[in-house]
Amino acid sequence: MLSHPTNEAPDQVPPGAPAPTGDKPGEPPAREVIYRHSVPVRVTHWINVLCLTLLLMSGLRLFNYHPALYWGDDGYRGKPAFLSIGAAINRHNGAVVGVTQVAGLTFVTTGVLGVSYDPERGMVRRAFPAWLTLPGEPGLALARDWHFLIAWLFVANGAAYLLFGFLSGHFRRDLAPTSEQLHPRHILSDIWDHMRLRAPRGEAARTYNLLQKLAYLIVVFLLLPLMVLTGLTMSPAVTAAAPALFDLFGGRQSARTIHFLVANLLVLFVLVHVAELLIAGAFNGTRAMITGRYVLKPERRT
Amino acid sequence: MRRVSRRGLLRAGSAMGTSLLLSGCDGVFESPSLRGVLDFGQWMSRNMQRLLLVRQPLAREFAPSDISQDFPVNGTTMPGGFDYFRMMTSGFSSWRLTVDGLVRRPLSFSLEEIKALPARTQITLHCCDEGWSAIGQWTGVALSRILESAELMPNARYIVFHCLDALEQSFDGSGIYYESLDLFDAFHPQTILAYGMNGGPLPVPHGAPLRLRVERQIGYKSAKYVTRIEAVDRLDTIGRGRGGFWEDRGYQWYAGL
Repeated sequence: MLSHPTNEAPDQVPPGAPAPTGDKPGEPPAREVIYRHSVPVRVTHWINVLCLTLLLMSGLRLFNYHPALYWGDDGYRGKPAFLSIGAAINRHNGAVVGVTQVAGLTFVTTGVLGVSYDPERGMVRRAFPAWLTLPGEPGLALARDWHFLIAWLFVANGAAYLLFGFLSGHFRRDLAPTSEQLHPRHILSDIWDHMRLRAPRGEAARTYNLLQKLAYLIVVFLLLPLMVLTGLTMSPAVTAAAPALFDLFGGRQSARTIHFLVANLLVLFVLVHVAELLIAGAFNGTRAMITGRYVLKPERRT
Repeated sequence: MRRVSRRGLLRAGSAMGTSLLLSGCDGVFESPSLRGVLDFGQWMSRNMQRLLLVRQPLAREFAPSDISQDFPVNGTTMPGGFDYFRMMTSGFSSWRLTVDGLVRRPLSFSLEEIKALPARTQITLHCCDEGWSAIGQWTGVALSRILESAELMPNARYIVFHCLDALEQSFDGSGIYYESLDLFDAFHPQTILAYGMNGGPLPVPHGAPLRLRVERQIGYKSAKYVTRIEAVDRLDTIGRGRGGFWEDRGYQWYAGL
């Protein structure tokens, strides 16, 4: 039974006991399987994958209707933007060029941002390319429908995850750094391992490492709540009920800018998350998030 | 608005699952079987926000120094047709606002008569669904005052705002802008019929001579060029039946987010 994997032979080693090594010369080290992810963590993880994907795609589509970011309460065409994505005409050959401006710097981003290829219409002026955004017409209305529907699912899923994390001790047990992990020597070796792209093995792979824990804590307790709050700050009904949200983020346009920037940080997190998965073993890691079982790789022999 | 039944929801949910599995992305996102799920999202948002607004809080009002320098113009910038042109050139002296439908006392106002009513001035943030926002000062009469003097009949549930501008050319009039509110928002103190903007008369691109301001909803609810206010018990007999120009074209009737 999956729900009681600890009853199975490979899992009988109590935590902290020496791993079965089978280190007799010539014999391969024994394989140990641990039960790594509980059912609530696995279910909420995959629902979250679905939510964040759809929220990103519909969100980029929404962004395309006014591809500029401002600071403060108001922001509109003609007001200096902190970031903008648009198109311009090359005066020499008449070609349409995608132009992205960030904090006063201008980049040509033809093909991806500002101007991108569409199989039916050729080169089209739009901030984010169609393959990154949610399809369908009327685009703005449909993107709003999707974004807000999935936001409800995301919030419900996140609330279930937080409730489970606190009540079951998952956060305390698995995500809170141990005092040993916070020792400067340990921190440095952890950073050094990450720089060498060395995935932990053996006993070290039994728990999350320090940088991994910090990444998860930042996403769960900072970035995702920020997404919800900045999203709510864009709703005129919500800010009528809770005007303090304007003060918290410095205005509706500031909230929109933070919403966009934090979404980018989340994409960055996912890229690193998947890269780390590939380094540590894509099959093993993905299986662990589906079945719960994780194979501990034996320690490196030195 | 459409009610979402539990069975319909389950059916729509399983339809979402199957269609996600069976077809590629494009098909899924345009599939009509998903409409029920998306409608459920709208139903959730509307009811949760109504709960949040049950004590009818006011939208934040800003300081005169916060007013945006160049408030953008969306939709119609100048209604077509000779009638509007003639009214505009005569300072809207021949323009009238009619109030009819499910009211005990149908009314008709000239612009001067509306300006003679007690005025409310508010500096608020206009939020467009495209993503931009701008701060403007609006002066006008509370819609509740007009509705109270017209005396709504008990079966009146929605207030429809008929406008002078056609945002889409059509032979049957389906391109003429209109909007609607239910009584929850119609009687909110900040829901006003504005004839003044930023201290002067309401400019033509912003809806002269009279426009609606609905401060707790997205910009397209604040209809410009309002000429007739109609109290009704249902929306499906007006226009294409979804309660507004943009609503008839797939946009959300409740736009608090």
